[in-house]
Formats: sequence, structure tokens, C-alpha cells
Amino acid sequence: MPIAFPIPDAAVLGRRGEILTGLGQLVAPEALIVSEDERRAFETDALTAYRRMPLAVVLPSTTSEVSAVLKFCAQNQVKVVPRGAGTSLAGGAIPQEDAIVLGVSKMNRILDVNFGNRTARVQAGVTNLAVSQAVAHEGFFYAPDPSSQLACTIAGNIGMNSGGAHCLKYGVTTNNILGVTLVLLDGTIVEIGGEHLDSPGYDLLGLIVGSEGQLGVVTEAVVRIRRAAEGAKPVLFGFDTSEEAGACVAAIMGAGIVPVAIEFMDKQTIEIVEGFAKAGYPLDVGALLIIEVEGSDREMEAMLARIVGIARKHNVRHIKESHSAAEAAAIWKGRKSAFGATGRVADYICMDGTVPLGQLSNVLRRTGEIVASYGLRVANVFHAGDGNMHPLILYDVNDPAEQAKAEAAGEDILKYCVEVGGCLTGEHGVGIEKRDLMRFQFEERDLWQQMRVRAVFDPAWLLNPAKVFPLDNRLTA
Amino acid sequence: MTRHSPTSEAEACAIVAEAAAQRTPLAIQGSGTKRAFGRPPQFELTLSSSQMTKVTLYEPAEFVISAEPGAPLNGIVRLLAEHRQELAFEPLDYRPLLGSDGEPTIGAVAAMNLSGPRRIAGGSARDSALGVRFVNGRGEAIKSGGRVMKNVTGLDLVKLMVGAHGTLGFLTEVTFKVVPSPQRVATLWLVGLSDQTAIAALSAALGSPYDISGAAHLPAKIGDGARTLIRVEGFPDSVEYRLGELRSLLKAFGTAVVLADDTGRDLWGAIRDATVLAEPRDKAIWRISTAPAKGADVAARIARTIDARWFFDWGGGLIWLACSTASAASAATIRAATREAGGHATLVRAPEDVRAAVDVFDPPVEAIARLQTGLKASLDPAGIFNPGRMFPEL
Ligand SMILES: Cc1cc2nc3c(=O)[nH]c(=O)nc-3n(C[C@H](O)[C@H](O)[C@H](O)COP(=O)(O)OP(=O)(O)OC[C@H]3O[C@@H](n4cnc5c(N)ncnc54)[C@H](O)[C@@H]3O)c2cc1C
Ligand SMILES: Cc1cc2nc3c(=O)[nH]c(=O)nc-3n(C[C@H](O)[C@H](O)[C@H](O)COP(=O)(O)OP(=O)(O)OC[C@H]3O[C@@H](n4cnc5c(N)ncnc54)[C@H](O)[C@@H]3O)c2cc1C
Repeated sequence: MPIAFPIPDAAVLGRRGEILTGLGQLVAPEALIVSEDERRAFETDALTAYRRMPLAVVLPSTTSEVSAVLKFCAQNQVKVVPRGAGTSLAGGAIPQEDAIVLGVSKMNRILDVNFGNRTARVQAGVTNLAVSQAVAHEGFFYAPDPSSQLACTIAGNIGMNSGGAHCLKYGVTTNNILGVTLVLLDGTIVEIGGEHLDSPGYDLLGLIVGSEGQLGVVTEAVVRIRRAAEGAKPVLFGFDTSEEAGACVAAIMGAGIVPVAIEFMDKQTIEIVEGFAKAGYPLDVGALLIIEVEGSDREMEAMLARIVGIARKHNVRHIKESHSAAEAAAIWKGRKSAFGATGRVADYICMDGTVPLGQLSNVLRRTGEIVASYGLRVANVFHAGDGNMHPLILYDVNDPAEQAKAEAAGEDILKYCVEVGGCLTGEHGVGIEKRDLMRFQFEERDLWQQMRVRAVFDPAWLLNPAKVFPLDNRLTA
Repeated sequence: MTRHSPTSEAEACAIVAEAAAQRTPLAIQGSGTKRAFGRPPQFELTLSSSQMTKVTLYEPAEFVISAEPGAPLNGIVRLLAEHRQELAFEPLDYRPLLGSDGEPTIGAVAAMNLSGPRRIAGGSARDSALGVRFVNGRGEAIKSGGRVMKNVTGLDLVKLMVGAHGTLGFLTEVTFKVVPSPQRVATLWLVGLSDQTAIAALSAALGSPYDISGAAHLPAKIGDGARTLIRVEGFPDSVEYRLGELRSLLKAFGTAVVLADDTGRDLWGAIRDATVLAEPRDKAIWRISTAPAKGADVAARIARTIDARWFFDWGGGLIWLACSTASAASAATIRAATREAGGHATLVRAPEDVRAAVDVFDPPVEAIARLQTGLKASLDPAGIFNPGRMFPEL
């Protein structure tokens, strides 16, 4: 069943002219996008099988403009879909016909860097990579590193509580944000957190990170920056089978070793990526782990020796250390371009279930069986160290029957993840994609409690309203 | 006074549903070790976790532990240690400061978001919390999060419940991520530094690539001369290497000495629990969180008008402060100094009359107060859980 969108509110559609005029009084002319051609760039995100044309797109440059726009939308009952770069894989930034898109991409400045406090204050539309680049001259970086980091914004990262390869050691977005400037639907601007740790009262910051644009619009953030290790070295470990690789991951972690990253690729992915990125991956293995260690040369050597010892016990067939910065970069380029490279050979949907580490091999096997039973192919590339699986189910977007099969397979996989003690999504968010699966993970009363919390911020369901919660049986004001 | 000690989540649901129907406030209690913390409430009914004490799941290989709320913290620490693991956030123990006894529970650790010196490296209790189950004010059993390391499925109610001081619900199960215990923990110390210089030294260490897991400064007024402490941990060869690098990095601040491992451990324990300020017992104790670079300034400003002793943790970002004049006026001074620098001050210990008159936590600005009141109503519509414990109106 294709993912449903709510029926657009005819009254709002009918008031489009009036709404555009109102918005036009709040922002500069170039910040209001009304033509169909220009709006088209905003009608979908990275879940490209779905698209909807928004009423208009507003791209403010200041927090006070955001405040004015939200206040106007609240007063006029206009829905708002907050947007960063639109790289959500879950359809989190996909608009609907009776909503405006409120994009923060023009708010992309680094406002202040304080190396003494190890913090930076940034506008929320800055890209993830730009934050690291702005502090690199002092040897610092911003830790959460989604593969999309060249494009995706801190706003979107906060929306989804995004992760990345290096989150195994450094935590995901929520562990690296100290404060936000949040604009509430009525236009109120609130400062939450700051350069200090742990604010008094309820943890609003923790609630906002990962709330998928449903509670307010983030315009600035205080992020934690860290000094990079002296050196870092990704090493490739090739295995005959995915099961062996999965068991090796569990054994490394079980031995009390926490590398910076443990990334997994199966045979299908290795072939696709190597064909695209020429990263030097071995082609004669069934599964590959990229394990990164960091520190001084001696520390890395010692850590690697421990890891190699464990890998040998799991029949590792191929070990390749990077010996130069260029080799290391090639290894990571391959991993970080895995989705893009896959997109060149087929359309795909990317699942994001997280499972207990002990279940990795089992879930990989079951994923293969499920996808095969629908007559489709799957490529697995994921953050193995924290059990966050990413099966990419390959299909042809122009074939509705195949799309339906891919979605059904994805659903079966996620149900299985929940069944073995895991969850529907580890870092990509629920969006529209997993919205209708929420009842596999939650009881109705759990969802109602979440909706009651949501209603504190947005009782009229104007903010990103078609996301996260199943469209039926919703708490309404 | 009636005390309910349910043995299961279902029983807890029934008790809460009944209390909600009668609109009877419930004091939520673990073992009572932190009774002297927070605003002092007076209730007819107590809901205690004392009969829910089981560890419900422990998978060492998956780094996860779940327990009922009444499980004693020391039992959990012991169990983890058997597998060479520990809680990443180094939970602080308020007993020495508050002069209470009994065994702290894991539920209270979660409810109070109790994090120690390793907060700056391993995160807070909240960062380690993967999932909770709790009874909301409707008497419903609610779950949020789970037992896996990464989870963005739905709104993160775990973050709300951890640190809510029992005002949003009765926790019935908490799940924490755990970490391997470091094979070696070592401490460097520098002596004789002023607050400002010490924090500059800590900042240099924290801005280095050497993975600092503790950064504290005990000024001379604490006793034994001014001491600046830097902790590193991990595999022995790596610790040895980093100690060496740090000593040369910190040369400008004096000769850093490596403490004997057990001396270091005792000192970090004293810093974690602020035992160095426990005596004399008539002093009020404040816990101030600010930007590390502002720490020395904030303390100096307060000391201009208030007779106080203090020390720094979290690289200067956490100030533990003891002062003799516990009054509304001194509270205002402390809060003004903190707020100007950015941050907040919590009144941890004070005579009861002061606790009744002074907000324990920094009062929120109006917009945040409105959100908090809304959140409280969304989880506890009848307002029965620990009313007034955090803020008078919650
Ligand atoms: C090739 C590729 C690789 C990827 N790799 C990873 C990965 O490794 N790890 C990972 O976690 N994700 C990954 N993603 C997913 C995606 O990049 C992340 O979810 C990212 O954080 C989205 O950022 P964005 O700026 O594109 O946000 P958008 O897609 O525009 O929005 C994401 C969500 O945030 C909300 N939002 C946006 N701006 C605001 C705001 N100002 N205030 C409040 N809410 C807001 C939106 O409403 C939406 O719900 C990948 C995507 C692609 C296409
Ligand atoms: C007759 C009477 C007299 C009292 N006198 C005083 C007094 O003089 N001074 C005073 O400070 N208080 C007093 N109290 C209040 C009461 O003892 C505590 O404030 C409250 O019940 C919990 O504190 P605790 O020390 O048991 O908390 P701990 O068990 O140490 O717990 C600390 C915090 O965690 C919360 N918590 C513990 N377990 C859970 C859980 N499972 N779910 C959610 N939250 C949890 C607690 O509510 C508390 O906020 C009195 C109560 C009564 C009935």
C-alpha cells in the first residue's frame, strides 16, 4: 500500500493568494518562492518515490523572520513543513499541498567558535561538514558525521537526531548539542540550554532533538566541538560470509574494545561501491568491515593488534591497513558514497532498524531471506558497532508493483528488527516512511502519550503534521 | 501516612489510577537517601519502589542493563564490575553531602540525572539512558526508547523522564548503556595554581587529543593547597603514553605529577560526591553549571559578597560551592552571577526554612515555564506526582 497523505484542506488551498500576500509582507521578495518551477525543487526529499507540491516555500534569513512567519501561519491555520537540505531518507521533509515549506538553508553562518569552552554557536542551516571545516584549523571537529554531511544541515540533524560512522565512540546528535534557539509556533523565541551542561527543569533540549520538525523551528544551535585524535586509521577486514563478519563485530565489542567506527558492507555493496569509488576494496570477499582506530601511532598499533587477534579467530581472509592519508580517505570515500553509488545502479529504499548486537548475523540472514522472497535484491551497508542496520532494497521506481514489493519487504524487515528487541529507526527518523509501522513498536497508549507531549507545542497539528504518527486515531485539540 | 510499595508495574498502575481519581498527591520514593534534596514536600501517600528491585536484563556483550527502579545502585555496580563494565556517567552519591543513609536506587539515579566527573567525556545519566518504562498520571504503563544503542523512533520521552525528579511519572524500569571498565585510570596533578590559571590548564588538556575523562580544580581554601587534577583512562600502554604527552603539554603550568592510582581514585570519589565540602554541616551547598571558561569568574563574583568555599569539576564548568549565609538574598546573588555568565545554580543542601523559601532550581523564563507546565499536565493531568518538588508550580 503506498504511503497515504492527508487530503489537502480545500479552504487553505482556496486562500493561497491571500496567504502569499501575507507572507510577502514578512520576508524579502527573494525569500518567498511561489512559482511552480521553483517550488518543484522542494516537493520531495531523499525519499524520492513520494512528492507533493507545497503552497509556497519561505527561506528566511533571520530568527525574527522565522518568528514572524510562524506566527502568521499559526494565526491563519497554515501548515508548516520545516526543512534543512531535504536529504531525509524517511520523507521527513516532504511537504503537503496545503502547507508551506519553511527552509533554513539561508541561515548558514557560523556565529561564534569558543575553543576554550569547546563549543560553537551556528545558524541551523549550516551544513554539517561546514562546522567541522570551520574548526579544523585548530585540529577540532564536530563529531556526528552522517554520510550526507556535505549537504545536510545541523537543523536536519537535530530534526532527526542523526548519526554517522563515528558515532560509535562520540555519540549521535543529541549527545553533541548543548543548546538551541527554538521558535515556537506562536512566534515565541526560546533559548534552550547554552554553553553550559544540563539545564534545570525538564530536558526540553533532549525532547527537541529527534522531534522531526513537529515541536518548533530551530534557528541556531550550540554544538560541542572536539579535538581530533592525533591520527586515525581505517582498516579493511574481509570475510567469506556476513555471518562471520557479524560475529566478529560482536566479539570485538564484547572484548571491551570500542573503536571509533565499525562499518559493515556485504558483497552486493562492495561491488557497487568499488565500481563507483575505486576505494581499493577486495572483491573476492563476502563481507567487509571498515574498522577505524585512532590515537598515536603506538596506540593505534596496539589497538589494531587486539582487533586483528579477534578477527583471525573469526576467519578473517583479508586485512588491509591504510598507509597514507590518501588511502584512508579512499576507504571512507567508498563508505560515504555507498548510498549514492547504489542510487546509480538502481532505485532503493533504505531501512534503518537497530538491533541488539547479538542479533546482527541473524537479522542479516533474515533480511536476505525476506528480500529474496519478494524477488528483489538487497545491499547491506551499515553502522555495525551499534547494531544500526541499513539494508538498501533495490527496485525500479517506475514499476509500481516492484515499489509495492520493496515497501512490503522493508516493512517485514523492520517488524523483524522490533521482534528481536530492536527498533524501527536508529538515525533516519520516522517521517512518513515508517509512520504507519509505529504500532509494531508502540502500544496505542504509548503513542497517545507522545501525542499529548506533541500537543503541548502544537495543539492544532500545524507543524509537519503528516509525519511520525499514524494518520488515524490521532489526538486532536 | 500511607506507604504503597507495589511489587509490579501493574500494581503501580492501579495505585496511581486510584490516587489520580482521588487527586491525592503521591511522594515518589526510592530509598529516601535524597530526601533533603529538592523542595521539601509533605504528603499523605508515598509510592515507593522498594519492592521492585530486580535486574531484568543484563547482556554484557551488548553493553546493556535494565532494572526495576528499586534495584540498589551498589548491586548494579557490583554486577557490572564482575563483567569489567560500569555506568559511563559515574553516578554521584549525595549521601555524604546530605548526611542520609540507605542505599541509593537506580530509579533515583535516573530520576535525578545524577552524573559525576566523567560527564564531560562519557555524557550524563540521560545520555546513557536507552529506555524507560513508567506509569503516567493516568495510571497507564508507558514505554519509550528501548534496549538498543541508537533509537529515534518517536518522541524521546526518555530524556524527559530522566531528570524529572519523579514529577512526571513513576519509573518502573530503566535501561542504561554500559561501557567496559578502563584497565587503568591515572591522574596527573598540578599544584599551586589560581582558579583562572588552573582552568586554563584544564582547558589545554581538554582541548588536546589525549581523551581526558576528568578535569577538576581544588583551590587552596579546600585544604592541602591548590590542586589541579586531570584524569586519563584506558589500556595501560595508551594511558602511559598520554600521561607523558600531557606532562609536556602542561609544562607552562608547572610540573605535573602522576598520582598513585588509588590516591587518584579516592580523590575523584571526593570530587564526585563533593565530600570535601560536606563539613561543616550548617553550610548551604550550591551546584552551579556554567561555560567552563566562565567558571573562575562566576566563583570570584560570588565571593565578592558572600563568604564561600568552592571547587571546580567538568573543566571549570561545574562549581560546587558552600556558603554560610543561606538566605534568599545570597541565593539571588549566586543566581545573578551565574545567569550573567550563562548557566544555572541548584540549591543542593540548606536548612529546611531556606529550602522552603528559595527555589531549588533556577526559575525558568516565562516561555519555558509555560512549556514545562504543559508537559507536566500532558503526563500528569491531576498533578499528583511529587507536586512542588522541582518548582512550586509543577
Ligand atoms: C546519501 C545519503 C546518506 C545519508 N547518510 C546518513 C547517515 O549516515 N546518518 C544519518 O543519520 N542520516 C543519513 N542520511 C539522512 C539525512 O541526511 C539526515 O536525516 C539529515 O540529518 C537530514 O538533514 P537535512 O538538512 O537534509 O534535513 P531535512 O531532510 O530537510 O529535514 C529532516 C527533518 O528535520 C526537520 N527539520 C529540518 N529543519 C528544521 C528546523 N530548522 N527546525 C526543526 N526541524 C527541522 C524536517 O522537518 C525533517 O523532519 C543520509 C541521506 C542521504 C541522502
Ligand atoms: C511524612 C513525610 C515527611 C517528609 N519530610 C521530608 C523532609 O523533611 N525533607 C524532605 O526533603 N522531604 C521530606 N519528605 C518528602 C519525601 O521523603 C521525599 O521528598 C520524596 O518522597 C522522595 O525522596 P527520596 O529521598 O525517597 O528520594 P530518593 O529515593 O533518594 O529519590 C530521589 C528522587 O528520585 C525520585 N524517584 C525515586 N524513585 C523513582 C521512581 N521509581 N520513579 C520516578 N522518580 C523516582 C524521587 O521522587 C526523588 O525525587 C517527607 C515525606 C513525608 C511523607
